[in-house]
Amino acid sequence: MSTFANPLFSMILAIVVGVGGIVALFLGLEFLIGFLPDRTQERVRPWVYVGPLLLILTFFLVYPTLNTLYLSFLDKYSEVFVGLDNWRYAFTNHTMLISFRNNVLWLVVFTALTVSLGLVLAVLLDRVRYEAVAKSIIFLPMAISFVGAGVIWKFVYAFRPAGQPQIGILNAVVNTLLGFQPIGWLIEREMNNFALIAVGVWIWTGFCMVILSAAYKGIPRELLEAARVDGANEWQLFWGVTLPMMKSTIAVVATTMVINVLKIFDIVYVMTNGNFDTEVIANRMYKEMFAFREFGRASAIAVILLLAIIPVMAVNIRRFQEEEAIR
Amino acid sequence: MSKRTICLILAVALLLTLGLSVASAAPLSQGEAYTVVLGDNLWTIAEKYFGNGFAYKAIVGATREKAMEDETFTYILEPGFIHPGQKFWIPSAEEAEAYMEAVRIGGVVSVLGVWGGDEARSFDAAVAPFTQETGTQVAFEGTRDLPVVLPIRVAAGNPPDLAILPNPGQMVEFAKTGDLVAIDAFMDMEQLGSDYAQSWLDLGSYGGTLYGVFYKAAIKSLVWYSPAAFEAKGYTVPTTWDELTALSDQIVADGSVPWCLGIESGAASGWPATDWVEDIMLRTAGPDVYDQWVDHTIPWTDAAVKTAWEYFGQIARNEGYVYGGTTGVLTINFGDSPAPLFDDPPGCYMHRQASFITGFPAFEGQDYAFFPFPSIDATYGVPALGGADLIVMFNDTPQARALMEYLASPEPQEIWAARGGFLSPNKRVSLDVYPTATDRAMAEALTGAEVFRFDGSDLMPAAVGSGSFWTGTLDYVGGVDLDSVLATIEATAVDAYK
Repeated sequence: MSTFANPLFSMILAIVVGVGGIVALFLGLEFLIGFLPDRTQERVRPWVYVGPLLLILTFFLVYPTLNTLYLSFLDKYSEVFVGLDNWRYAFTNHTMLISFRNNVLWLVVFTALTVSLGLVLAVLLDRVRYEAVAKSIIFLPMAISFVGAGVIWKFVYAFRPAGQPQIGILNAVVNTLLGFQPIGWLIEREMNNFALIAVGVWIWTGFCMVILSAAYKGIPRELLEAARVDGANEWQLFWGVTLPMMKSTIAVVATTMVINVLKIFDIVYVMTNGNFDTEVIANRMYKEMFAFREFGRASAIAVILLLAIIPVMAVNIRRFQEEEAIR
Repeated sequence: MSKRTICLILAVALLLTLGLSVASAAPLSQGEAYTVVLGDNLWTIAEKYFGNGFAYKAIVGATREKAMEDETFTYILEPGFIHPGQKFWIPSAEEAEAYMEAVRIGGVVSVLGVWGGDEARSFDAAVAPFTQETGTQVAFEGTRDLPVVLPIRVAAGNPPDLAILPNPGQMVEFAKTGDLVAIDAFMDMEQLGSDYAQSWLDLGSYGGTLYGVFYKAAIKSLVWYSPAAFEAKGYTVPTTWDELTALSDQIVADGSVPWCLGIESGAASGWPATDWVEDIMLRTAGPDVYDQWVDHTIPWTDAAVKTAWEYFGQIARNEGYVYGGTTGVLTINFGDSPAPLFDDPPGCYMHRQASFITGFPAFEGQDYAFFPFPSIDATYGVPALGGADLIVMFNDTPQARALMEYLASPEPQEIWAARGGFLSPNKRVSLDVYPTATDRAMAEALTGAEVFRFDGSDLMPAAVGSGSFWTGTLDYVGGVDLDSVLATIEATAVDAYK
């Protein structure tokens, strides 16, 4: 194999050129700005530093988004203009409607569970000595790829007929230990969505907990002491003092989770591939695009996903601006 | 030691090795005849004359050429089977040299396929001789998601050199867009014509041009069982559908479960069930209506199609008939599902699956047999449903050409056939290489069937054959009503066949 084809070599080259290149770029631009008069320098500098990024974003983000919007009005081969046909399909097709329902389910249940569990854990773990150990363990699933987590939980939910050795830990408890009929966790339409959401919660609770824990530790101890002295019990303390103090952090965490969950794909794809009424929008887009080669429909679905996320992003940005104003 | 001494020692060593190599080999300045004696094999003969065992191919080639002119020379058909008394022609050292040089092209060939685990290992074993002879590395990547991954790579301008497609439907899609390399430009078409039946060559062609050769064939209309289990209970092999259902009822009455059926397969879940429906379709509606169904000349909501699904439902939707009930059918992976056949006591007694399943761990070391999936309507008898993997080429490189030629030859087919779970569509592969009588019987069933049809879902466009047909079976087994399942598939078919 030639030296350039060697993967190790190209990796090292990429790191050197990538990192070194960026540093060289900004040093070079700084050097060039130095030739301008001082006042102009100050005005130009922010644009120079942000410029390359804006260019990249325009080519790799803005242009593709506009192009996708354009493609959503064309047919499956992107040749013939079909107007709103793809949009009509996206909003009336039975599987698409199921995906919308599931995404809303994920939105509500997943966000509520991760944020509330993260909050409870953050508050409770603050009081124990083994806090660091516990937090590390709970945060650990974040280190696993979603696909890996999907495979792990697929085994946890595995099904074997009653009386046979169960390879899935849940059915081992239900059937071998407790004697009930084993359950097809991923098949039963009443519970399979919640089974998948449980996997998502398992992964993301650690993230919420860590951030909320940092915010909780930011509450001045004297405030809590003062409330206790005034006779507040722990419950009143939590609702009356802790929560209001952490409101902005909770909002940030919640919006991050919402943005995350609207894009949910890996868990659903690996565990059920959207079968048995577990379909979600992102998986639908993937199937339409790559499996069925329906470019028009896939583009319409992609734009829908984008439109769904925009309000959340707007709220997030407004919040950042408010925080900036306070500072 | 001084520099001069070192140089002197090196020079002497070099001369010695040269001298030794000259002395050991006996290079022929011209070819000569050779008669095989007991204990000979082509490898050692080649080593003796050329110092390199691989040169046996040069001997085989030269002997065959000589045999065309002079009948006393043996036309070597099977390099692995030579007999004392056969007369070979050993080419001159230069000729052998030239042959080996021409063949050693080095480089890499990238191959994309669906195989993983044991199947991938078998493929590696099958191409090992190719790598040893030509020095070309075969970089094989396996993914069950190939129907999705491959179009992405092609669209990105980064296709693999060769791809092993699990169905010809995709070959047609790529041929239409002009992404495939026509292989009749460089393959030995006469050899192919005599090695493969015309129907295989037709299925690998589009618009009159040949794009692929079939490699790993499977016959699908087989029901696997454990003869010991059947004998212990006194069951007899059924030959009609009525006998089959009677046997199933008998097994249920005896307190056991008749069928093992698992249709989970990751992103491809549902495909084993489509094989059931296709087999039944051939037996209830006949091959002509089957063809119309595959072409979408008749819709999915047609009565003939509905009947076939209903027969399937008689088995798959019957909680007492299948291992683990319908939940088991939907959750248990197709590769794991036959294992209860060989449990003690047996978890089930019958498993309908294609021939490749014998290469899976559940069958290893077990005593198994098959009977043909029984006839349903006597007029249509017992047709054979089969499938095969198709090797196509995307990048025209010398390495890719060499590998394509190699894979079309009997050698890699024999290597894998000997490992089990593999049937070869190549007529030159002798039945002796199959490891068991069962495999031989399957190979004969494949080549000798009166009515043979290629797997339907493999021929349909991807949105149906690898999409709504698969998910339709999952929904049907999961309890959704048949009419709405068929209506859903029909809706996607109307779009997909455009």
